[in-house]
Amino acid sequence: MRVELLFWEGCPSYANAHAQLRASLIEAGLDPDEVILREIETEADAESHQFVGSPTIRIDGVDVQPPHGEPTGLTCRVYRRRDGRFSPTPDPADVRDALRAAAVSTAGDRS
Amino acid sequence: MPAIGDRAPAFSLTDTSGAPQQLDGAPATVVVFTCNHCPYALAWHPRILDVARDYSAAGVRVLAINPNDAERYPRDSPAQMRARVEQGEFEGVPYLRDESQQVARAYDAKTTPDVFVLDAGGVLRYRGAPDADYDDPSQNARWLRDALDAVLEGGTPDPAETVPVGCSIKWRP
Repeated sequence: MRVELLFWEGCPSYANAHAQLRASLIEAGLDPDEVILREIETEADAESHQFVGSPTIRIDGVDVQPPHGEPTGLTCRVYRRRDGRFSPTPDPADVRDALRAAAVSTAGDRS
Repeated sequence: MPAIGDRAPAFSLTDTSGAPQQLDGAPATVVVFTCNHCPYALAWHPRILDVARDYSAAGVRVLAINPNDAERYPRDSPAQMRARVEQGEFEGVPYLRDESQQVARAYDAKTTPDVFVLDAGGVLRYRGAPDADYDDPSQNARWLRDALDAVLEGGTPDPAETVPVGCSIKWRP
């Protein structure tokens, strides 16, 4: 399973996102040190990585909360928690669900 | 840049209807630098509105100022600001545009949100975050409310200063 955290240094939320992601990986019985950190430094980087804001978490290339047409760029990303609140980080439940879905998909590929 | 106890910079900025807004000697005034695109500003926004509603009877005025460079961050454009106001997202709070960014610079605003509380004489009494955790609505803008309570009682807020937390202000290049 490939777990990526893409971030922009200009937004302070990536440290929290990283901690939450590590906790979700531990909870799922996965190695928290496997997170690939990728810093996005320029607008060109953002465009080439289809980065719509910091932080962005992708599990096997799939965004844990797929964006809906937001433009790429160096900005903080706005997430919606499941209770409707705005947040700088994704809902941990969305991260857990994405990890589970990826695990199921990986298991299916092996069977 | 004003320190706690200094007179805060005066300003005149227009709100989303084009009306000029200034400091007017209200018993207390909250100046909050905020914006449309920052998740921290959005997360704290309902709590700021609750403060505006809860303290309006005491004559407290809340002014929201968006200073961000809208060329690089189009979601902070005047049109997008107007749209939020028209959708009822700023009930009781004028939403002002700091196009030149001079007001944000004069206040030395760092982030969205960054909150300043002034007393009736326009003296800065509190500066910082609304409360200790953007992710915990039960915090209920406690630091801001405590500061307002102190100012309205003629006292000194404690803490008088906290570290503002949020997205950096998007200065023009």
